[in-house]
Amino acid sequence: MTSNVSAGRTGNPTSRVEENVQNSSATPQTAPLLSVRDLKVQIPTPGGTLEAVRGVNFDLNPGEVLGLVGESGSGKSVTLRALLKLHRAPIRVSGEVYYGGENLLTLPENRLRSVRGGQISMIFQEPMTALNPVLTVGQQILENLLEHKHLRGKAALERASELLDLTGIPSPRARLNDYPHQFSGGMRQRAMIAIALASEPKLLLADEPTTALDVTIQDQILRLLLRLRDTLSMSVILVTHDLGVVAQACDRVAVMYGGRLMETAGVNALFGGPRHAYTVGLLSSLPDVGAHRQPLRPIPGGPPDLRNLPAGCAFAPRCTYVTGACLGVEPPLQSVEPGHDSACIHHDQLGQLNSSHLPSSTLPSSALEGPL
Amino acid sequence: MTTALPSSPARVRPKWRSLKPTLLIGTVLLLILLLAALFPQLFTPYSPTDFDYTAILSSPNLKHPFGTDNFGRDIFSRVIFGTRIDLQIAVFTTAFPFVFGTLLGALSGFQGRWLDALVGRVADLVVVFPFLVLVIAIVAVLGPGLNNMFLAVSAVGWVSYWRLTRGEVLAQKKAEYAQAAQVLGYSPARVLLRHILPNAVTPAVVYLMTDMSLGILLGASLGYLGLGAQPPTPEWGVMVADGKNFMVTAWWIGTFPGLALTLAGVTFSLIGDGLADALRPKS
Amino acid sequence: MTDLSPTPALEKNTLPARATPDELTGELLEVRGLTKTFAVRESWLSRLQGKPHRRVQALTDVSLTVKRGETLGIVGESGCGKSTLARTLVRLYTADSGEVSYGGLNVLELKGAALRGYHRRVQMIFQDPFSSLNPRMTVGQVLGEALSVHRMRPKGDIPARIDELLSLVGLPLEAAGRLPHEFSGGQRQRIGIARALALEPECLIADELVSALDVSVQAQVVNLLLELQERLALTVLFVAHDLRLVRHLSHRVAVMYLGRIVELAETGAIFESPKHPYTQGLLAAAPSLDPRRRTDAPAVSGELPSPLNVPSGCAFRTRCPHAFERCTLERPRLLEHAEGHWAACHLLDSAEEQFTASGTGTAL
Repeated sequence: MTSNVSAGRTGNPTSRVEENVQNSSATPQTAPLLSVRDLKVQIPTPGGTLEAVRGVNFDLNPGEVLGLVGESGSGKSVTLRALLKLHRAPIRVSGEVYYGGENLLTLPENRLRSVRGGQISMIFQEPMTALNPVLTVGQQILENLLEHKHLRGKAALERASELLDLTGIPSPRARLNDYPHQFSGGMRQRAMIAIALASEPKLLLADEPTTALDVTIQDQILRLLLRLRDTLSMSVILVTHDLGVVAQACDRVAVMYGGRLMETAGVNALFGGPRHAYTVGLLSSLPDVGAHRQPLRPIPGGPPDLRNLPAGCAFAPRCTYVTGACLGVEPPLQSVEPGHDSACIHHDQLGQLNSSHLPSSTLPSSALEGPL
Repeated sequence: MTTALPSSPARVRPKWRSLKPTLLIGTVLLLILLLAALFPQLFTPYSPTDFDYTAILSSPNLKHPFGTDNFGRDIFSRVIFGTRIDLQIAVFTTAFPFVFGTLLGALSGFQGRWLDALVGRVADLVVVFPFLVLVIAIVAVLGPGLNNMFLAVSAVGWVSYWRLTRGEVLAQKKAEYAQAAQVLGYSPARVLLRHILPNAVTPAVVYLMTDMSLGILLGASLGYLGLGAQPPTPEWGVMVADGKNFMVTAWWIGTFPGLALTLAGVTFSLIGDGLADALRPKS
Repeated sequence: MTDLSPTPALEKNTLPARATPDELTGELLEVRGLTKTFAVRESWLSRLQGKPHRRVQALTDVSLTVKRGETLGIVGESGCGKSTLARTLVRLYTADSGEVSYGGLNVLELKGAALRGYHRRVQMIFQDPFSSLNPRMTVGQVLGEALSVHRMRPKGDIPARIDELLSLVGLPLEAAGRLPHEFSGGQRQRIGIARALALEPECLIADELVSALDVSVQAQVVNLLLELQERLALTVLFVAHDLRLVRHLSHRVAVMYLGRIVELAETGAIFESPKHPYTQGLLAAAPSLDPRRRTDAPAVSGELPSPLNVPSGCAFRTRCPHAFERCTLERPRLLEHAEGHWAACHLLDSAEEQFTASGTGTAL
């Protein structure tokens, strides 16, 4: 059961504890908003077929922020785009993406178009390339309003101005007439969000929306997304490689590696008790506050070649817990605890590790203290 | 901890096998052309200027595979001997522009400031005039003949290479490897010649190939106008011009030289394409 | 977890005579009042209209000292000038004014052989593993060139030295014959490090060393840097935006904002008791790895001003929750407010007594 604490604007910078426990394997109280089953994406290349996504399954509940985290080559961005069938031949997408009872991957074009940008919107990493440079921001919002909300004229302008205000852009009415290049980086990202929200989507897909932004601006945009999630009852799938962003913005996390999901869990459970060797490796490789200038603990080796994957677990070549069993059949994603799935044979062993990355709860919770 | 290199391909293919088909075919064709240019006697017993009044305007037959022209000259021999002439045209209309234009472009782009401004203005001036008109004007002043044509083209043709190389050098100058070379304390000459230029010269080289076929066509055009090679030189363009009066009666006079022109153009085109692929740095 | 298997033992080469360090304070590099602006290309129309030439204020009056053997972290967001600072220190850019002294030499005035000598001492590693290596030169050629141009070894010894350098950075010896595109991002960064080390520098300036690498690979390269620093007694200037990493690696940290240093102190002091409001905001904004600690409101409001239009007085005043009158009128100076802890903020002048330096003084 998801519990969302409504976040009003208090302007109070003290930290708030937000607990989100997600129960994915038991029957959810509310039906999932999005159900992905056995999603596969194959990209033909001169060197062979690249299996970018190899059978991904997950559910997304209403009002939930799901973080899809992985490194380059993990398939996270490809997965996101596959949800809306954004890939063109010769790229092959198979599997099922259920939204509102229909499989998006088999919908006729016109039905799919009404979902895309309507029920499900997407924002991207680089606003400068995602926004049309020759149209004003206002025109781009109006376009969306017309297409999906059938709003015109004065009502549309009013709404467009409201949207810019909602995303925190000052002087929204005047800014409608500005072109993307007249906005600064953070403002452009807000404008892109405003356009995406024009259709009042139930689901927002965000592909690395803050990667190209400065830290202080990233912080603003993440807070904005969370606030919008609350006020608009919207779900979000947030693709990122930054574990800090995941910790700060997500309710649940899905970790991808080599085109498959390695672990899915609630955010507290993932950071407090990871149950996949890859997740453990990732978290351990980050600098620890206590060990100044000590060698870090990297994951040896490099990302896998998706054209030439070894048999068994994709992470096995780099794994320190690898045993013979890992090299046979690829381990499936299984429930290891309520709401916590792992595709690691050794998840039990990992559960025993004291691999908690959360600082001791006895530390005073000041916004300044040991934030990193 | 040593990191392993990505694995190399299982079998090692012989170097020539890994050339793309375009480059391979183009090179083979070029070799044939070069052979014809260097050793024309291998291909034909006749001299290009031999008159044979007994065989005027004969259509293609066993003795004269390409037929004869109105002077009884064997067309086949003329085409073969003309290979040398036209390849020379290809080389001499492009050699100076390529070398001069590329180097100037490199210096221009690298140094910037006054050199760039100065050369830029000169280039603007040159470009204002239509290329062919300018060349014809210069040839008209200097007098007809291939050498004057080479002079005329050289005076004008360097601008494209200058522009191409300059643009590429400007871009490469900003690349981090070029900055690294500067921080490593290398002299500007070394940074430009050893680091930037090899990475900036590809567009110019590819354009060179196109330019060569254009050069041949230019020679042909000028020959057609009577401003290029003078008779009895067996230059293909002149031959096509001569043949125009016999299009209906003795089509072979103009057609075979025309085919030769086409072959040469295709050869350079293929090589240019293949080079563009081959020279692109892998990533 | 796997141990790092040790690289083959390498003798520390006897380095030729270097410039005399300042033995009293152990300073390696001293920067005073460094200023750098860039011209903006104006359209003809703007020029005709007589609009004043705009300039990007990349660095304004930057002063600091780098101590021998330390790792100095430099952090900041877009437009703060940290990359410009790094590049000006290696003479890729020409400063408008100011002084940089290295072992008594005036770095900004060096030319010819003296400048080459400086490059031997201070080297740079670049950010982008893909464009920082010449795609047409093999690793061996890259390293060999550095060794031969600077006459680091007699010609016959160069191949052996190339092997040594490759081992030093953890690359297999066959790498010498390969082109950059055959390597992964992490390996290319290692090649970049080897290239810098070929000159046996005293000081390495790393401009976003690992930002372009995957997280799991970043740690590998960071460890290499730590190991090399120990082994070769290197001084490191670590320019980065990843605060967690900077905290891990640095002895001292300088925080920059719009071309100026706003705070400079030991790592512990900066991260545990930051004095400047921007530093406080920056640290609070950096996403914590603890999902239980989340805030409602963003740490710092407002946009980053453009370096074309730096606010008068204190550059941070447009976003500072504590800004008052004096902040608009007067630019705060970088002053020592506690031992070794410098900050540029008017709030601190009134709130605390300034720390007055005793006889020996504390270097910036």
